[in-house]
Amino acid sequence: MNIHEYQAKAIFSGSGVKVVKGIHCTNVDEALNAYDELNSDIVAVKSQIHAGGRGKGVLYDPITNDLIMEGGVKIAFSKEEVRQYASSIIGNKLVTKQTGKEGKIVNNLYIESGCNISHEYYLAVLIDRETKSVLVMGSTEGGVDIEEVAEKTPEAIHKIWADPLEGLANEDVVMFAELLGLEGTSKHEMVEMVNSLYAMFLDKDCSMIEINPLVKSESGEIIALDGKVSFDDSADFRHPWRNDLRDLTEEEEVEIRANKYGLSYVKLDGNIGCLVNGAGLAMASMDVIKLYGSEPANFLDIGGGATRESITAAFEIILEDKNVEGILVNIFGGIIQCDMVANSVIEASKEIGLDVPLVVRFSGTNHVEGTEILNKSDLNVYTATTLAEGAEKIVNLTRRSK
Amino acid sequence: MSIWVDENSKILIQGITGKQGTFHGTRMIEYETNVVGGVTPGKGGQKLNFSGKEITVYDSMQEAIGKTGANVSVIYVPARFASSAIVEAANAFQENGGGLIVCITEGIPILDMVNAVAKVEKCPDVRLIGPNCPGIITPRENGGCKVGIMPGFIHAKGRIGIVSKSGTLTYEAVAQTMSVGEGQSTCVGIGGDPVNGTGFIDCLRAFEDDSQTEAIVLIGEIGGTAEEEAAEWASKNMSKPIVGFVAGSTAPPGKRMGHAGAIISGGKGTAEEKFAAFERAGIYVARDPSEIGNVLIKALKDVGIK
Repeated sequence: MNIHEYQAKAIFSGSGVKVVKGIHCTNVDEALNAYDELNSDIVAVKSQIHAGGRGKGVLYDPITNDLIMEGGVKIAFSKEEVRQYASSIIGNKLVTKQTGKEGKIVNNLYIESGCNISHEYYLAVLIDRETKSVLVMGSTEGGVDIEEVAEKTPEAIHKIWADPLEGLANEDVVMFAELLGLEGTSKHEMVEMVNSLYAMFLDKDCSMIEINPLVKSESGEIIALDGKVSFDDSADFRHPWRNDLRDLTEEEEVEIRANKYGLSYVKLDGNIGCLVNGAGLAMASMDVIKLYGSEPANFLDIGGGATRESITAAFEIILEDKNVEGILVNIFGGIIQCDMVANSVIEASKEIGLDVPLVVRFSGTNHVEGTEILNKSDLNVYTATTLAEGAEKIVNLTRRSK
Repeated sequence: MSIWVDENSKILIQGITGKQGTFHGTRMIEYETNVVGGVTPGKGGQKLNFSGKEITVYDSMQEAIGKTGANVSVIYVPARFASSAIVEAANAFQENGGGLIVCITEGIPILDMVNAVAKVEKCPDVRLIGPNCPGIITPRENGGCKVGIMPGFIHAKGRIGIVSKSGTLTYEAVAQTMSVGEGQSTCVGIGGDPVNGTGFIDCLRAFEDDSQTEAIVLIGEIGGTAEEEAAEWASKNMSKPIVGFVAGSTAPPGKRMGHAGAIISGGKGTAEEKFAAFERAGIYVARDPSEIGNVLIKALKDVGIK
């Protein structure tokens, strides 16, 4: 789960991470009031969406697609400019490098006091899969795309790892601050910042904290000027407060609905729907569809506990996507029994009036019975014994129907 | 031989009185697996009947190992308690001659696993497989040792070692070996979580040292760099041929594909990078899982054992 910058900064504040004063707004009037309240000559007017790259993003009218404004984060020098920027942002569509071309409608703004910046840094806390520990990563090249920095000047990136049982070693954190070229109070503030972020990472069960830029002000203060926080969903049970931070408009409605049925669904751009048990096999099914010349319309893992009800829901979700021209069902029965799936497929297709070609491949538990049930039914269904055969069949059937 | 589990393994089931523990425990016994007891805190002393075999429940791993001499444990405990179950098992095994822990549970918080794995690493005689995995199985002529949730009947004893991040895709790989007349020495599911115990390299090393195993099928998926590291290691250390497949060539970046670890982030962890690493390392690549069998035959012929 991701949260907005304004929410991340509220957590930062409560965790001892220094931020500048800011106010969350949802309309232009609130933005103007925020300007008055902040009483700062310069303010930043910041679009709040979950995707990164906001500063370099472009705002469009969501209906006409006319260009409204370049830049989703603006520096305003007057109340009039706040009005101008806020009204150009709220309700419009922000397209960034990370949103894809469909962009995101901006419903939230963050108005933040200005800050005299002397240097910009990059700081992140994340899980390092290789060392199986928490990694703190920083760079003197802040405010830019960190992936580019990693590629072009990897020596500008510094890393320290926390011992899973002992935590961060103080000498490592001090060295880290020094490697970032900090001295005196600034160094001391950076050490505190890193320790506070690490404590927050553990306390809130984060999967990533990214601050880009983290700045040194002209007076030497170390301040989080941005904040991107992701939580580990598996730890939701110990953090009921997360529900209040959830912005459902940032999530795919259909993925949430799929989750309720124990399905794991991701919409893609192709024309062949897939219904598979197991995440690895679901990915492999997509890959094989591509090998045979078509594109998968979705990732869908029905999980080990699939039922008649969840399989019907899975068909409905696949068919909501109007690009779907055919469906491949690929089941390797382990816990799941192919005959149960066969009966569910027949019922689901009757219930929803399936009108695209369907290919079913069964293997594993009760696959003979399952295939027989399908072959005996009056359903217009093709069966296959291998994944390759199934993929080839569905690709050919959808081509023929064009 | 085989790796890590065989007919002499004595197995405990942690979470035996739960729905998953009961269901899969019964299937394990039906496969002739030597289940010697179970653990559910607070339910010690209960006697269960799994498929005609009486199973005693103990309150703790320490007690259960002491009474049964078990050296393997399989965990079906719910996610929020699973990391404690791992740590309890690790400490108890370490004090009693060592053992293998197989954690099936899906959805354990990542930081719980960071902590649990670090604690397991402090127990040199303990190995952890998983979490979020199908388990490990060593097939024999009749049944065998099945420690996990895989369907036993698709397997047969043979000379192919299988290691995989995925569940059902492992079964697919098993079926592929069977389709070309080959059985399996041991199949290990290492799981699809970002932080886990045993990795690809541990499995490859064990298969290299195992006299029964003559070739290996390795199934990876997008996310992380474990496949690349395994390929690099294999090119220097493996004499036995490896067939590799990676799931997720068509997965979009930044989207989690079911497994917590299956995500391409920051442009890293793509299937293409992994396939390329396989090719550099001389691993036989199957681009289509339905081709694993044929590629395996080619690999066996190349080294003159088919």
